[in-house]
Amino acid sequence: MADPSNKPARPLLSSVRRRLLVALLLVGLVVLPYLASLAGQPALVSLATRIVILAIAAASLNLALGYGGLISFGHAAWYGVGAYVVGVLYRHFVTGDLLFGLPLGTDQLLITLPAAILVSGLFAAGFGALSLRTSGVQFIMITLAFAQMIFFFFVALKAYGGDDGLIVRRRNALPFVDTRDSATFYWVSLFFAVAWFAFMGRVVRSRFGKVLAGVRQSERRMAAIGVPTYRYKLAAFVISGMGAGLAGALMANHARFVSPDMLHWTQSGEFMIMVILGGAGTLLGPALGAAVLIGLETQLAAWTEHWQVILGPLLVLMILFTRGGLSGLLGLLRGGGR
Amino acid sequence: MPLLIEQALNGVQLGFMLFLLAAGLTLIFGIMGVINLAQGSLYMIGAYATAAVAAKTGSFLLAAPAGLAAAALAGMSMEYLVVRRLYARDHLDQVLATFGLILFFNQLTTILFGRQPLFVEIPPFLNGSVPIVEGLRYPVYRLAIIAVGLATAIALYVLIARTRLGMLIRAGATNRDMVRALGVDIRLLYTVLFGVGAMLAGLAGVMAGPILSVQVGMGEQVLILTFVVVVIGGVGSIRGAFVGALVVGVVDTLLRAVLPGLLRQLMSSGSEADALASGLSAMGVYMLMAIVLLIRPKGLLPAHG
Repeated sequence: MADPSNKPARPLLSSVRRRLLVALLLVGLVVLPYLASLAGQPALVSLATRIVILAIAAASLNLALGYGGLISFGHAAWYGVGAYVVGVLYRHFVTGDLLFGLPLGTDQLLITLPAAILVSGLFAAGFGALSLRTSGVQFIMITLAFAQMIFFFFVALKAYGGDDGLIVRRRNALPFVDTRDSATFYWVSLFFAVAWFAFMGRVVRSRFGKVLAGVRQSERRMAAIGVPTYRYKLAAFVISGMGAGLAGALMANHARFVSPDMLHWTQSGEFMIMVILGGAGTLLGPALGAAVLIGLETQLAAWTEHWQVILGPLLVLMILFTRGGLSGLLGLLRGGGR
Repeated sequence: MPLLIEQALNGVQLGFMLFLLAAGLTLIFGIMGVINLAQGSLYMIGAYATAAVAAKTGSFLLAAPAGLAAAALAGMSMEYLVVRRLYARDHLDQVLATFGLILFFNQLTTILFGRQPLFVEIPPFLNGSVPIVEGLRYPVYRLAIIAVGLATAIALYVLIARTRLGMLIRAGATNRDMVRALGVDIRLLYTVLFGVGAMLAGLAGVMAGPILSVQVGMGEQVLILTFVVVVIGGVGSIRGAFVGALVVGVVDTLLRAVLPGLLRQLMSSGSEADALASGLSAMGVYMLMAIVLLIRPKGLLPAHG
């Protein structure tokens, strides 16, 4: 009863109208750089790129958290690992030094992205296999603690900048496309985001997704009918880590900078907030959550340096009085109550 | 050898500080079912209140009760305003709401005290050091921390196992509704209990002042270490928190003391060895947690059996 994600999401719109809305949204996102330059606000493109990239990370966390019920408080670790893959490969590309005795350095996005996804997935698999031996509140604490351990690992990694991080002087290259142009890189990020959301949609509707939802609702029942629940949870955790790795790799390119800050535990908290804000266990919710949280942060930060003193209580109020994030808030405003 | 003993004592001292935090965290979780991330903020509030009063009055004896009172007051108002509404919610809501509280408290502290770390002087009557073994003098203040930690552990045991309040607390953990039906104001009880947990965190903050720098973010560093303690010891178990805290404190301190020398002997480059050692020792307790988990997924001394 206490788990809001157990409620089936009430469809706000019919399926046809929903598809139309999604198509409209997509068109809007694609033409956004033109609108931004028309409005004389080119900085919007950079903001939108951040939102699009963070939406990928939030959507991947949503698979574990919203659909699988795995409250991972260490999502920033996989995000940071993905970013470091880009940073390290770029460093070796520039210096020409060998990595693990092989000339692996590269600045090709089509190589670095899969590499980031793979490495993040491997990290998530290792730590997930351990963390999933626990559940409930222990799982929250353990994912947070392991993420902190990976954070310390990168802080201590003096060969790759340690505390100071790594600068990626030039964005990774793509054939036929100039990624150094900010609008172009926005479209590249948008492309990967759309691809990831489409993939998430397929995963959720697949047999795997149904089993995962079953595990969230009652793990004992699923185990009783013969489902190896541990493997399903681990698979969800690993896919979730891979998505975060993709987001991290894109962010490393966007910001042209990688540092342990990307793995900071507050980043994990922000990912969770994005998921909850937008609505856990809904496909597009995390994108909405990312947009609202980043938009709010940007707005508050422009207003006062101490914006967190406002954001913190806002979050508390949101958790206390709206169930199910923004859609809950909309329901509340409509007078529907809970 | 004296060095090793000194470091082991430092480890025990860190362990007792961690115990104060872990006991509060695990008490609140074990009995009210709430995971309170803001426990680290209460620690910070205790430390800042102590630092501020000590700077104004110059007296640690006035500052320490002020720190305790500030933490307890902050904790009880936190319970009254926010946490009370979270008892029936799932852990996710509790984590996110208390995360919001952390953002608030950290930023508020920055506004009030700035980003510069504050320092608290060791009170004169605890200044100096005493000989422990030959060739080793150990600071009295750190010994005092160990003594206070030990006394608190005993007091906590007596409170929970031997007093009427403790009986009500244990009864409330087993069956909240039954206790209420018998005419006990369980809401007030929970507020008081939350205040006790906050005061434990505040006590750790008060004692941390003179040996650590008091700064924003100090709470979260120690909070995550506290989580390691709680996971190793067993969630909800105060005995587990005690054992886990001492193990984590000693292992963490000894690794930091021993590893650099060890690696420097093995590796050719001294600076690389130092970097690796600092990294490995920072990761050490987390690896310890992983090992404990592999062997005993529920922790060393799980609650209820």
